[in-house]
Amino acid sequence: MSEQEPERRELAEPDTPERAEHPTGGDYAPSVAARLALFQRAGGILTPLLTAVVAFFVGGLVVLVTTGKNPLRTYEAIFNGSGLNWLFPWVRGEERFLAGLNLQQTLLLTTALILTGLAVAFAFRCGLFNIGGQGQYLAGAIVAVWVGGALSGLPRVAHVVLAIVIGALAGAVLAGIAGLLKATVGAHEVITTIMLNWIVVWIGTYAFGLGGPLQNETLAVPISEDVAETAKLPVFWGDPLLQGLHVGLFVALAALVAFWIVLNRTTLGYEVRAVGFNPEAARYGGINVPRNYFLAMAISGLFAGLAGALDILGWQFRLSVSDVQVSALGFIGIAVALLGRNTAIGVGLSALLFGALLNGTSTRNLDPEVFPPELASNLTLIIQGLVVLFVGADVLVLYLWQLRRRLRGRSAVPPRAEAAT
Amino acid sequence: MADAAPVLELRGITKRFPGIVANDAVDFDLRVAEVHALLGENGAGKSTLMNVLYGLYHPDEGEILVSGKRARIHSPREAIELGIGMVHQHFMLIPVMTVAENIVLATEPTRAGVLLNYAGAVERVREISDRFGLAVDPNARIENITVGQQQRVEILKALYRGADILILDEPTAVLTPQEAGELFEVIESLKSQGKSIIFISHKLNEVLEIADRISVLRRGKMVETCTREGATEDSLARAMVGREVLLRVDKTPARPAEPLLEVEDVRVLDDRGLEAVRGVSLAVRAGEILGIAGVDGNGQSELIDAITGLRRIDSGRVRVAGREFEHASARQMLDAGIGHIPEDRHRRGLVLDFTLAENIALHDYAEPASSRFGWLFPRRLIERARRLLREFDVRGGAPETRAGALSGGNQQKVVIAREVSRNPRVLLAAQPTRGLDVGAIEYVHRRLVEERDKGRAILLISLELDEILSLADRILVIYEGRIVGEYPPDASEEELGVAMTGGGRREEVAV
Repeated sequence: MSEQEPERRELAEPDTPERAEHPTGGDYAPSVAARLALFQRAGGILTPLLTAVVAFFVGGLVVLVTTGKNPLRTYEAIFNGSGLNWLFPWVRGEERFLAGLNLQQTLLLTTALILTGLAVAFAFRCGLFNIGGQGQYLAGAIVAVWVGGALSGLPRVAHVVLAIVIGALAGAVLAGIAGLLKATVGAHEVITTIMLNWIVVWIGTYAFGLGGPLQNETLAVPISEDVAETAKLPVFWGDPLLQGLHVGLFVALAALVAFWIVLNRTTLGYEVRAVGFNPEAARYGGINVPRNYFLAMAISGLFAGLAGALDILGWQFRLSVSDVQVSALGFIGIAVALLGRNTAIGVGLSALLFGALLNGTSTRNLDPEVFPPELASNLTLIIQGLVVLFVGADVLVLYLWQLRRRLRGRSAVPPRAEAAT
Repeated sequence: MADAAPVLELRGITKRFPGIVANDAVDFDLRVAEVHALLGENGAGKSTLMNVLYGLYHPDEGEILVSGKRARIHSPREAIELGIGMVHQHFMLIPVMTVAENIVLATEPTRAGVLLNYAGAVERVREISDRFGLAVDPNARIENITVGQQQRVEILKALYRGADILILDEPTAVLTPQEAGELFEVIESLKSQGKSIIFISHKLNEVLEIADRISVLRRGKMVETCTREGATEDSLARAMVGREVLLRVDKTPARPAEPLLEVEDVRVLDDRGLEAVRGVSLAVRAGEILGIAGVDGNGQSELIDAITGLRRIDSGRVRVAGREFEHASARQMLDAGIGHIPEDRHRRGLVLDFTLAENIALHDYAEPASSRFGWLFPRRLIERARRLLREFDVRGGAPETRAGALSGGNQQKVVIAREVSRNPRVLLAAQPTRGLDVGAIEYVHRRLVEERDKGRAILLISLELDEILSLADRILVIYEGRIVGEYPPDASEEELGVAMTGGGRREEVAV
């Protein structure tokens, strides 16, 4: 048998057109996890940055072409709209107050995106593509609105904690169904999670619709009752009546730490990563692979359900049919996880980026002179789409990355076989 | 033929990668109608050199002359235009298309400019295959023909594109001994028709059989070029490794004790639900190596999987040290004391993206030495890995190194370190030296004999008859899922070869 190593080396090389003609390149069909591992190794922190920069650049071109306005001014408006200018000490007075309000909104979104991002990332580390973060998020939200509204009379701490826990578990159960189907009959999780998304959307539409079991009977609109005061999360920054920043942010940050610890410091995480990298080797090692598929999906859903519960108990307090149908935070979690390379730090940072982008482009913050409203949220979608595209087209980003190295006068990634022999 | 002009000449080829010189001023020439073997261990630079020749790498220094003219080869397309054809070890064929379609791919004969002239393609393929004695049915689908025939298709593809120089990269690695024999006839026939062949290998016996001249690469340098007459297996092995190599395994007669692994009338289904193992019975005793010889695909893989709990046993019994198991899980069999060196270390033996420390913990990450209450202690994994890497002489990596970054030989040492350090009662070694070079093979063989002498029961399954003959204390031959005979270690290769292909069947032996 031959020198596997040099073949592998060619794969990492940028000569895409040549590789197409090179037969040995053809028998390498990397799994999702393997591709991500390759991607992760190839550029570290720089490739995600590069991905984001290229996405913003193309987004800027769109602004220029469609509106003829200076994209830099547009981005500046988005930046200020996100409230991140609050961090600059020279922003004072009225402007600072406004920036604070905006930043609270941005961080509210970031809280949810961290968790929906972790939901996708955790499944990815087990080699699974959980595309059902949206449904799991909604399941958490629906259950939280129900528990938060129904069980009034409980002491405050108990009520909040109970609503959060049951909301998170609802997400876990929903994703667990997909995991169970994968583990037992091999049903592909992409298909099952998408189907489960729709089941939740229509359950929510029924429950909060006119005459539905959870509809607010005092109003003639399709909306739930408000959660009880005892089930609301405390706000630590800003006005509770104006959607101030609630303590759920710390829960999300703790979840980032928990994600890292579970993956890297527990036998469960060891199993999950082994299955994600190479299920056959994991099986050979004595690991119960189906069990890990189930657990990874359930934990993944736990994160997304938590996001839904925190949103309800932190600032939304009620859920309407249109919320159920329009919400997309679970889907954005996919982009967050991809850009964050499924690591804890990466997910945290890219959640902040997407949170700022979503809030910065929401029309209420923008001066129509600088920023045509019809472009506003669409620009987020464009950038989001570009990020997913570039991450998917990892070969392209790798090519750019290697091109840069080549310009520095180096030809290839270090060979390993020779070095090792 | 010694004074014939070279059809190909490589002069002073140097190719550097960061931190390593893969080819260091290598000279190589190929004469018309000659088989020139290129020998070398894994990582010696054989593939790099051939990739330079085939236009996949650009050399940092040196020049290539084709038929005396300087050539600049920047892509495989240019190499093909110069009459250089390469048959890779991993075939690049489209399984659902026919032989003829695969061969004419990208240069299809057409009718009216756009329509495939299939009849014309078949005819031209037949013409070439007749001329070179490469019998293959042009209308057969690739997925329905044997690996040996697929290789012929690859050779035909190169010939169809007008190759005069053929590079065969480890061509026998995927073939049965019979198919290899047929390949050698094809090579002779190509030679007689004036084709020149570069034959890459690290199997010494076949190089001595087929090559006119032999060149040896070691660590990027060409250390020796000689004629077949001037070479012996020992001299070539020395040139490849750079020191004396023990080609024959040194071992004392076995002193077998009580049976540790007993397999009774086991039947196993393969992935398609067909019976792959049809009532195999065998027993491996402590302190002996039982070898199972057979052509690939006769139920060996399924038998191993059944014993290790990785595949459900349809009927029959497996006993380890007297304890009987029925539908045991992989975990149970590991705990029962079975060690398993798997036949494919990339697919199964290692998680290539894990570190060496994590790979070494693959079976016992959940045991108290590595973790408590589900809490993993990475320091402990690393410390244990460091100890084992030293003990098993794994080079090129620390405990924190990714397993995929190691050479094949060192990866196999990691697998062996893991399996042996668990102190198994029974050690299953499935093709333990597949893809390894001479030095590493010597190590693995010595280690297996050592483990035997420690009183382990070793079941060796190999497609290499040489390996079985030099290691096993008893030999069973498996054919179509049945054990068709038991042979002593001094059985002749012919005798075993006949049994492996279903001929000369003795009465079935219950062991």
